[in-house]
Amino acid sequence: MSDQPSRNRIISDQEAEHITRLEELAYEVKVQEAMTSDPKALDASQTMKEALDMFRSLRISGAPVLQRGEIVGVLSIEDVIRSLMVPDLDSKVTEYMTSKVITIRDEELVVEALKIFVNKPIGRLPVIDENGNLVGMLTKGDITRAFLKALQRDTQEEEMRRYRASHLFEDIESDRTSLILRYNIKAGDFTHGGAASSNIKRALMRLGASPQIARRCGIAIYEAEINLIIHTTNGGVIRVEIEPHQISIDAYDYGPGIPDVEQAMKPGYSTASEAVREMGFGAGMGLVNISRCTDSMTLESTVGKGTRLRMKIFLAQQETVGEGYPAN
Amino acid sequence: MRVKDLLEIVSGKLLNPSADLNREIKGGCGADLMSDVLASIQPEAVLLTGLCNPQVIRTAQMADVAAVVLVRGKAPQEETINLAEKEGIPLILSPYGMFELCGRLHKAGLPSLEMPVNGDDCSCSE
Repeated sequence: MSDQPSRNRIISDQEAEHITRLEELAYEVKVQEAMTSDPKALDASQTMKEALDMFRSLRISGAPVLQRGEIVGVLSIEDVIRSLMVPDLDSKVTEYMTSKVITIRDEELVVEALKIFVNKPIGRLPVIDENGNLVGMLTKGDITRAFLKALQRDTQEEEMRRYRASHLFEDIESDRTSLILRYNIKAGDFTHGGAASSNIKRALMRLGASPQIARRCGIAIYEAEINLIIHTTNGGVIRVEIEPHQISIDAYDYGPGIPDVEQAMKPGYSTASEAVREMGFGAGMGLVNISRCTDSMTLESTVGKGTRLRMKIFLAQQETVGEGYPAN
Repeated sequence: MRVKDLLEIVSGKLLNPSADLNREIKGGCGADLMSDVLASIQPEAVLLTGLCNPQVIRTAQMADVAAVVLVRGKAPQEETINLAEKEGIPLILSPYGMFELCGRLHKAGLPSLEMPVNGDDCSCSE
């Protein structure tokens, strides 16, 4: 964010638009998820020499100092360097440690730790539980690692979903296995128009459909969905039946029905209103587009009863969905 | 061409800042009729359009469009921006008109990704 809003102000929607996934994570990840647990601590009775040996052997750059189990300070590599310059390695760690200790609760969000790191010249925070016991240490490096892991998890989740769905049919035995998706489409609801097609396209991709197949289905169903929104009296239903080798799509409604189906199929013929045309639809190309994207298409309609548009897309041997073939 | 190069050429403003600026754009398509877009556009094109309702983004999503440029500085509805954000499609606002933009992008080496419509599909050829 270029214009950092001041800390006491409530962030406006305009600014919120610029919040990145990383910034969101600061409000999602808890300190206990990011911290290094089982922290190595020094005892107040130990010397700087012992501290130096511990830092070296464990490859750490700081540690909390405990006295009878309570945190009394934090010793960092900078403190060790100061004692080396004297040199004064035989002194107790309590001589060189920072004794004004800032701690953070394990339950807090990482954003609270970030605020401390930004405002105070410290590089590590001892993490305490509800009883004040030391349960971990948190550095900026720990936070970076936790964020990277969370970002990776985000992408893995979608991959996992895809993997699971793409093998959906594999272990199910029947004479004919299929998955049926149904969507109710409201008449006149342009704002949500396309939501069903969007969900179907995503489902097909997860099931392992190739991008070409998903695209053809997406476009055909989208045109059918828009038709239901534009032309029906009470909306309609989109029903998609997914089988490994074919996708059958039915878009049906209960009125008003099409008086002349043959005419409706002609490219450029449309009964859409001016308002619909202004939105970029109703050019009489919908059905033409659908027939271009599908392997078969039939349109049946009875005035006063309703219309049913049936579409089919066939999948080649290596393109089947839900049987574990990877999308190419 | 990448989305960031496109932004520069069209003097555009990215309306959904979380979109991927490194996404590859393979060509272009300009249309105001969404059915024309669905009928003719090939995958991974930039779509130039004067329409700015949410259906533009839905169309883009169905047709695997890599980025959408709204021409003549027409600010879209909130829903359009929200949908673009949700679907991860870069939505760009340009002050230039359609002709100017097509020219600029073509000059910058971007080919047309509008498929020619074959005779059977077009009533005009009857």
